Amino acid sequence: MSDTNVRTATIAVLVENEAGILARVVGLFSGRGYNIESLTVAAVDEEKLLSRITVVTTGTDMVIEQIKAQLDRLVPVHMVNDLSLAGPHLVRELALIKVVGKGEHRVEALRLADAFRAHVVDATTESFVFEMTGHGEKIDAFCALMRPLGLAEICRTGAVAIARGTAHMAA
Amino acid sequence: MSSTSSATAVTTDQRPGAEVVLRALKDQGVDVIFGYPGGAVLPIYDALFQQNAIRHILVRHEQAAVHAAEGYARSTGKVGVVLVTSGPGATNAVTGLVDALMDSIPVVCLTGQVPTHLIGNDAFQEADTTGITRPATKHNYLVKRSEDLAKVIHDAFYVARSGRPGPVVVDLPKDILIKPAPYTEAPAAGVEHRSYRPVTEPDPARILEAVRLLKRSERPVVYSGGGVINSGPEASRLLTEFVRLTNMPCTNTLMGLGAFPASDRRFLGMLGMHGTYEANLVMHGCDVMLNMGARFDDRITGRLDAFSPSSKKIHADIDPSSINKNVKVDVPIVGDAGRILAAMIECWKSDTTPIAKEAQAAWWTQIEEWRTKNCLAYVQQGSIIKPQHAVRRLYEMTQATGRDTFISTEVGQHQMWAAQYFGVEKPNRWMTSGGLGTMGYGLPAAMGVQIAHPDALCIDIAGEASILMNIQEMGTLAQYNLPVKVFILNNQYMGMVRQWQELLHGSRYSESYSEALPDFVKLADAFHARGLRAETADQLDDVIREMLAHPGPVIADICVAKDENCFPMIPSGAAHNEMILGPDQEKNARAVTDDGMVLV
Ligand SMILES: Cc1ncc(C[n+]2csc(CCOP(=O)(O)OP(=O)(O)O)c2C)c(N)n1
Ligand SMILES: [Mg+2]
Repeated sequence: MSDTNVRTATIAVLVENEAGILARVVGLFSGRGYNIESLTVAAVDEEKLLSRITVVTTGTDMVIEQIKAQLDRLVPVHMVNDLSLAGPHLVRELALIKVVGKGEHRVEALRLADAFRAHVVDATTESFVFEMTGHGEKIDAFCALMRPLGLAEICRTGAVAIARGTAHMAA
Repeated sequence: MSSTSSATAVTTDQRPGAEVVLRALKDQGVDVIFGYPGGAVLPIYDALFQQNAIRHILVRHEQAAVHAAEGYARSTGKVGVVLVTSGPGATNAVTGLVDALMDSIPVVCLTGQVPTHLIGNDAFQEADTTGITRPATKHNYLVKRSEDLAKVIHDAFYVARSGRPGPVVVDLPKDILIKPAPYTEAPAAGVEHRSYRPVTEPDPARILEAVRLLKRSERPVVYSGGGVINSGPEASRLLTEFVRLTNMPCTNTLMGLGAFPASDRRFLGMLGMHGTYEANLVMHGCDVMLNMGARFDDRITGRLDAFSPSSKKIHADIDPSSINKNVKVDVPIVGDAGRILAAMIECWKSDTTPIAKEAQAAWWTQIEEWRTKNCLAYVQQGSIIKPQHAVRRLYEMTQATGRDTFISTEVGQHQMWAAQYFGVEKPNRWMTSGGLGTMGYGLPAAMGVQIAHPDALCIDIAGEASILMNIQEMGTLAQYNLPVKVFILNNQYMGMVRQWQELLHGSRYSESYSEALPDFVKLADAFHARGLRAETADQLDDVIREMLAHPGPVIADICVAKDENCFPMIPSGAAHNEMILGPDQEKNARAVTDDGMVLV
């Protein structure tokens, strides 16, 4: 275990779907000075009252081990899974990207969107809203290209992630 | 609501919420609670009035209620219970909750709350108690539905006492206390929580690995902490058995004092910032370290990159997040200290790995040589009382009474002198605020201990500054006739602050003089207690004798040397082998680095 080598970890956390759980998790990160690159949360099992949190964080191996142990210590946490270590996994993010412009820029934006498999979900004569899903890096790249073409607004969900194959998390 | 999956009996008859609360407490074996009333908890106070099973101790400040519950818990192994009102009642309790969190003390704190329909409206005496106490507790609950009430309380006790113990808050809106609620029995087989399942049974493979490492070790040490105390007296008995079986040197943290008898020759004294020369050099020089229920706190390790540089480290802890947090370890063992020790003893006896006997004998020779430094020696001469001497005499004279003695402390130099000079022989006899270092802890903690052990001798070794932080509890002592002895080492300074200023800030004693002190003898008198004072060395024994003989509460004001420093000391940011042993070496402290200066 290294205490110098910094890595990114994508951690899935299965929790009780109860009041205050998100505050507990976020408070843990801010209180102990851990990074949050992104964090998503939603109920995933209405019957068993479970929610799933995906948190992307960076730190040394020692810090990431700490983060996992600290998360696991929260009373309403069922399970913590470091997908980055567990093996092959899928990471996806959804983004809505608004580009405002006219003429040549507009044509170029549409052409690039096509190349990136971004969908037009709203359009006026002077604007587009593109929807795209994918790895965060792909969204970064697309946004960088849109910047000179009239990029006006970005909203992103943050990553959700799941292991490939038969391995799965269940409480 | 979450938590229990096991079948539980729900009664069909419904009683007001407040009665359900008391019934749940009673089922949890609670016989005493420490509290302070107010509007939001009036229904509980009304229910208390109409029963006899649970005794209520009325404190004078909610912080003291929590410390009293901590003293009760730490001296009995049971969960301490607190009852406070909403808003200021709850916020006053926060320091106590964090104290209990840092030192892993099981406490359940019931807080009143404004009625559910007013939550979020900035109602009178509303505070976001679950929000405020979230990082101050192991877990907390807000009860929003009557049908959850009893179950939440049972859960709260389970969470507070299991795994690594800690404080749990249950926030109770007033309407929930009034409305009829069903009662749910505590599950007979114990709560089976949906998501919270602490590991208590250690992995046998790790036990074997640890035992073999220790047998082959040439320079072993056992470093044990509060986890052994928390595991229950049996764990301390097993620790003692293990250390005697293996003949290893043993040192305790501040929180671990009493787990191993101080009088045993294998005991090296406390380790860390104000630990003994021999304990710290053993930690520095060992080749295998067994950390049993301690957490490599910064008071223990000193500068991390110089901490015990050539040892393999075995770390036994019930909390996986303690492992590899500050110090990387070679053999982690997750589990309850008592079970781990039992497994290690068995494994030690059956495993045939040869023991490095000769090398260990040489290690003991080296340790005995370090001991001859006599690092806790002091010279009592003249009429000015040395604080070390005062604690030593207190120790000797209480020993002579043969009474079961419980010591609590406040925070500062006196606390360290108490740890150094008052040898604790048994677990649960030593209460101090270790992790948070809360001035004002000692008096209410002693009060809680005395409630649990009415016939025992309970002494708060205090400083003149700290004692003023919860002095109002003298009123509680008077009301319940609790014969707690407050033994003040009065150096007229916030001595520990003064010491740091002397060593690190060019003797600029900024705001550390205890100006305008009260007359503690008259203060005792005002609170219906006995006040005593020793001004000169020849008065000391008489004052201690009178204090011990007096059947009621006492404040003994011991006027000690004002400028005494607490040694040995590892300056912040220094390593174990860079310890300052006494005044002659103080100049070494100038070597404190800029990195060290920023440390607390
Ligand atoms: C609530 C609180 N405030 C401040 C401190 C910082 N502090 C640590 S020791 C100390 C001085 C304690 O003075 P006293 O009680 O007289 O004990 P002495 O060190 O003189 O024995 C202070 C202010 C603290 N530990 N707790
Ligand atoms: Mg003082």
